[in-house]
Amino acid sequence: MNSPLYGPAKALRLAAIGAVMLAAGVGFAYAAGWIGAAKLTPQRIIDTFEAQAGHYPGYRKNHAKGLCVSGYFQASGQAASLSTARVFSQARVPVIGRFAIGGANPYAPDTAIPVRSLALQLSSDDGQVWRTGMNNPPVLAVSTPQAFYEQVLASTPDPATGKPDPARQQAFFAAHPESAAFRQWAASYKPSNSFASTQYHSINAFRLIDAAGAAQPVRWQLEPQTAFTALPGQVDDKLFLQHDLQQRLAQGPLRWTLRLVLAEPGDAVDDPASPWPAQRRSVDAGTLVLEQVDAAEQGACRDLNFDPLILPHGIEASADPILAARSAAYSESFNRRSRESLGTGARP
Amino acid sequence: MKPEAFHPLARLLHWLMAVLIVAMLFIGVSMVSDLSLRHPLLIELHKATGLALLVLVLLRIALRLTLPHPSLPRDLPTLQRLAAGASHLVLYALMLAMPLLGWAMLSAGGYPRPLQLPAIAPHDLQLYAVLRQAHGWAGYLLFATVVLHLGAALMHALVRRDGVLRSMWPGPLRRSD
Repeated sequence: MNSPLYGPAKALRLAAIGAVMLAAGVGFAYAAGWIGAAKLTPQRIIDTFEAQAGHYPGYRKNHAKGLCVSGYFQASGQAASLSTARVFSQARVPVIGRFAIGGANPYAPDTAIPVRSLALQLSSDDGQVWRTGMNNPPVLAVSTPQAFYEQVLASTPDPATGKPDPARQQAFFAAHPESAAFRQWAASYKPSNSFASTQYHSINAFRLIDAAGAAQPVRWQLEPQTAFTALPGQVDDKLFLQHDLQQRLAQGPLRWTLRLVLAEPGDAVDDPASPWPAQRRSVDAGTLVLEQVDAAEQGACRDLNFDPLILPHGIEASADPILAARSAAYSESFNRRSRESLGTGARP
Repeated sequence: MKPEAFHPLARLLHWLMAVLIVAMLFIGVSMVSDLSLRHPLLIELHKATGLALLVLVLLRIALRLTLPHPSLPRDLPTLQRLAAGASHLVLYALMLAMPLLGWAMLSAGGYPRPLQLPAIAPHDLQLYAVLRQAHGWAGYLLFATVVLHLGAALMHALVRRDGVLRSMWPGPLRRSD
């Protein structure tokens, strides 16, 4: 065995060991993003939502205002050949859902916000879980998380008017030609008078995996079986859509058809701003039946993160970068509101 | 009679877990601030590796309790002896706690678990908040302890020049001189 070192030789080796330990710490800090170039993170996106709309402890950091619902999904069986997911063959799949309006302000008037959403959790009898968050626009204005962040910044409310600066939004859209399909939708959009008569879209594409392992790129949409009636021009009730939903469900269940729209080669599978041609083949996968609504911000949906990447066997993610960013940002929102529920007891 | 080196199986487990744990710490700390297409891949990798590490640490604790292992050098000062004992206890505790906290926080958050493992905690948002933060802070503590462990191993090898690092060396052992 060698004898221990003393003097300068010892000092040199101690310094070398210290340098190794320091390097490990610096590498860790770099991996964490604590040092190095600032990049777009889920934290920054949620910070920006809160900077614009305000801090509402305990609430979701986007689509903050909503209602829990429950019911079931009745598979038609027609999608079973496209995907091995049990939801497409099981007769009756329990569903927990949440209707919401867009934005981070839980006190916004229901009809002041054009964006409406429906998030669902389908729990099939093989133990698999499918969560999906759907919006009423069929496409996004942007194709990447960076452009989404720029869009959020361009929508910053002007302190004088409390509304986004139209010139800034114009400039954003001019710089982002990929937003054409979204702008076209926004210009022609006629809001209905109910969550029940609204159509919801997966926006991002996914992949259906069949029994042979073959993948079929897909987007899905929930088509309302409730007839369309236009939203009245003047609405005074800030809870107009919530009250409407409660009244309708008191009278009976509400139904939507889950339609799977199948991409063809060449369709933009990884770009949520790019619509597919209207004549794409589609499959009626079954009927969503919603029966119950809970009191505002109560119910089983409240403590769930509707992460769109929680998918059952038989459905996989596409390589759409927005889909990955949604998953990351939803997780950050969920973590924050869970922490807020500790500190203040704040639970909406 | 105490052996001079750890059992080959203990050494294999040590180095296998060392690689996996360091990888896990870096994956974990980078995935939470990442929103690129790497994010979902890293999350999947993190869960799968965490589960593997849970199985490995149970095996390792069993081996530690059953196989004979070398003693620390007799001339090691008491303080360093205590520090060695305490840091190894912390390492074992965190190696066991990290995957269990991960599993429990997924349960409390209402998230699906890999391999459809059962929930080991009730679905409760406030419990999730506690477990999620504990998982993060325990991760930082584990990283700090691993770096100290690395520094101590290098001290033994390069400054004290005793047989401690050699007793855990991954390759064949030289005859001691």
